[in-house]
Amino acid sequence: MTYLPSAFIPRDGLSAFLARALASRSFIAGFIVTALIALMALVSFFWTPDDVTKLVVGDRMLAPSAAHWFGTDHFGRDVLSMIMVGSRNSIAVALVAVGIGMGLGVPLGCLAAARGGWLDDFVMRFNDVVFAFPALLSAVMITAVFGPGAVNAIIAIGIFNIPVFARVARAGALAIWPREFILAARAAGKGKTRITLEHVLPNIATLLLVQGTIQFALGILAEAGLSYVGLGAQPPMPSWGRMLFDAQTRMMVAPTQALFPGLAIMITVLGLNLLGDGVSDALDPKLRRRR
Amino acid sequence: MSLLAIENLSLSIDETPILKAVDLSIEPGEVLGLVGESGSGKSMTALAVMRLLPDAAKARGSIRFDGTDLLKADEAAMCRLRGDDIGMVFQEPMTALNPVKTIGEQVAEGIRWHAGASRAEAEQRAARMLDRVGLPSQKFPLSRYPHQLSGGQRQRVVIAIACALKPKLLIADEPTTALDVVLQAQILELLRELVAESRMGLLLISHDLAVVTEMSDRIAVMRGGEILETGETAKTLSAQVHPYTRQLALASMHVPAGRRISSSLEGKVPPKAAEGIAEGWRGAGKTTPESGFESWRTAARTASGPSGHLPFEGGEDVTPLLSVENLRKDYPGARISLFSKQKPFCAVDDVSFTLAPGRSTALVGRSGCGKSTLARLVLALERPSGGTIRLEGEEITGKSEAELLPARRAVQIVFQDPYGSFDPRHRVERLVAEPLGLLRPAPDRAARRELVAEALHQVGMKPDDMQKYPHEFSGGQRQRLSIARAIITRPKLVVADEAVSALDVSIRAQILDLFSELNRTLGVAYLFITHDLTVARAITDEVLVMHEGRIVERGQTAAVLDHPRSEAARALVAAAPDLRRAIATKMREQG
Repeated sequence: MTYLPSAFIPRDGLSAFLARALASRSFIAGFIVTALIALMALVSFFWTPDDVTKLVVGDRMLAPSAAHWFGTDHFGRDVLSMIMVGSRNSIAVALVAVGIGMGLGVPLGCLAAARGGWLDDFVMRFNDVVFAFPALLSAVMITAVFGPGAVNAIIAIGIFNIPVFARVARAGALAIWPREFILAARAAGKGKTRITLEHVLPNIATLLLVQGTIQFALGILAEAGLSYVGLGAQPPMPSWGRMLFDAQTRMMVAPTQALFPGLAIMITVLGLNLLGDGVSDALDPKLRRRR
Repeated sequence: MSLLAIENLSLSIDETPILKAVDLSIEPGEVLGLVGESGSGKSMTALAVMRLLPDAAKARGSIRFDGTDLLKADEAAMCRLRGDDIGMVFQEPMTALNPVKTIGEQVAEGIRWHAGASRAEAEQRAARMLDRVGLPSQKFPLSRYPHQLSGGQRQRVVIAIACALKPKLLIADEPTTALDVVLQAQILELLRELVAESRMGLLLISHDLAVVTEMSDRIAVMRGGEILETGETAKTLSAQVHPYTRQLALASMHVPAGRRISSSLEGKVPPKAAEGIAEGWRGAGKTTPESGFESWRTAARTASGPSGHLPFEGGEDVTPLLSVENLRKDYPGARISLFSKQKPFCAVDDVSFTLAPGRSTALVGRSGCGKSTLARLVLALERPSGGTIRLEGEEITGKSEAELLPARRAVQIVFQDPYGSFDPRHRVERLVAEPLGLLRPAPDRAARRELVAEALHQVGMKPDDMQKYPHEFSGGQRQRLSIARAIITRPKLVVADEAVSALDVSIRAQILDLFSELNRTLGVAYLFITHDLTVARAITDEVLVMHEGRIVERGQTAAVLDHPRSEAARALVAAAPDLRRAIATKMREQG
């Protein structure tokens, strides 16, 4: 049996959802931006304007021109190519980190809501403890212990997504549990696990989806932050965060170098936030009318 | 000149007409009852007077209040009127009050705003007003918060807010629908006194014809945005010139066809209802093995009884379908400090009763008396703190979920709220098929579909409806779906928790018919939980009266309702609005 497809379909079916989504400006804008970024990451696998490992010392720190649209960095690498390849890294880290957060956080939250009592207390207090550490600082700690690198960055960011999803899932599930249709399902002899799968999850899916896009954007920011302090992807793999760091020291000499990675991060996060907004509007039209 | 004169009021939202040429008038000191079913435009009329319509609504016509046309008044003028000259009481006392403000503040708020009174003065007046509505400040200090009051007390606060400045017109939109009958009677009495005291005009909106009849001088019947008939209450309702008025009145007093009036002779004779299922059971033996569906159906039928023999045959040694002995349910008290808790709250206290197969029993009582808790215990959704529940002789208390399967098959539930009882994200097929997981062996997809189609057919819905989502249906249709879900496993007992109280009278009549028909054809017994004695009278053989966790009276429905012996039952019967009685009283008053 498949549960997920129906989960993301709002009450009045897919076509109505699409109609509302297409009527929402933030959805369209967010969708286009996100699609472009994703396309850029895909294209970078097959083609980039230049090789990102090719160092041409003679061409270093060029201003944008026809040959190098976004200019070159201090090693003479093409910035546009670096941004294209760097987007892979950002997207992969954010995607897996959100996956870890959802994959562990949602079951934890649902479990806490379904069982209640001491288990609920235990899970949520544990979450509070994780939550109490500043996420980026703890990620620095983790990568400092296990060594810098993309994989450790993913794990570090993912761990701090767990309590976020656990809380959202628990709060959503707690609102669903007292409903009468849950009682009806219990009268039909269904256990807590089945009820969670069949009734609770589909009803909190929209919440999780919206939270997912927000966490995705935050994940990209966090990855940029970790790379900025040198704990993310290691050279020669380009990363938006480290590009910013490198550019920062040469701010006075070549200001355009900081401009493009900064813009890339900003546009991606903005696009994702717009998309999340649009999806939540389209999934729950009642929410939108109230605003 | 009338206090309020609505002339030719039309209203549309997004080109959809909501009100069509409504004419109404209210004199000072007069009570106008506005009745109609949900969606008839009653509340929209009230909101139009308050000018609290949704933004998209466009109103035409005129609403003259005390000489000024409200539709032309600007927002500032309306703000001066609202809460000062026009007060409003809403249906839901739980949400009409601000939970973070004390009741004193909330009553005083309007007084300070409109009368420009000082804080101390406003508080004094608020105290007087709360005293007037039956919340004396010695017992209910102004510093109470809404959550510390019961539903009836909160509704008194709402009335105090609305009446604090002696409005000329009070609009009460279903003011008692959320309350039980005893509270309803008290609140109606309070409204009546307030009207008499200050010659206030009252626009009373209700779907309950009996309530409106009891209260109002004149009555207006509304349907589809139109006023069908207005006139003196007694005349209108006794003549019933308009067919719709007649239909409403009939639906309010509806008794399903084929329900016999319960008599004392009946006790031993198994009800007619038993015939249907007995035949079904016999038929079950004849099924051919090659038809997969038939065998599922047989499984559904035969599996529902843990005991092998047919319970309806042989009059004397009938095992009761359900027998409850010394049942008790305590809820732990709230923690008041680190080391102590409040005394546990006893929701069901030493309750014993039995239900016979195929019979309908009403469980009546005021809200909070433990009816719903008892229902959950019977459904094994909660564990009792003490006592036993036996289903056809088999004890169901303290069993594991797997051992409960046969019991779950045999007892199903229909809820009050036709909107909340379905998961909005599933299609009807899956929702109605939900209890089929209780059958052993579990039916396959095709068999499920057949069973769902059959259940839908039995409740008067079409098989095509399977592919729709619950929001595509009206309240009455959803309640049919809810019943379909309850009967799909061929249960012996269906617990109906206020199953018709959220429905309009004509829909209610249809659903009651459906219940009674299913009782005849499937032999299913009902436990009807209700605070509405009309429903109890219409459909049940026996009645159990519950009060503060105990069963205080039981007997044949007619006998108990006509001659209640216990205090609690007497209070319920006295407070219950009765259309016939109300019309008779009005006839005497109005000549």
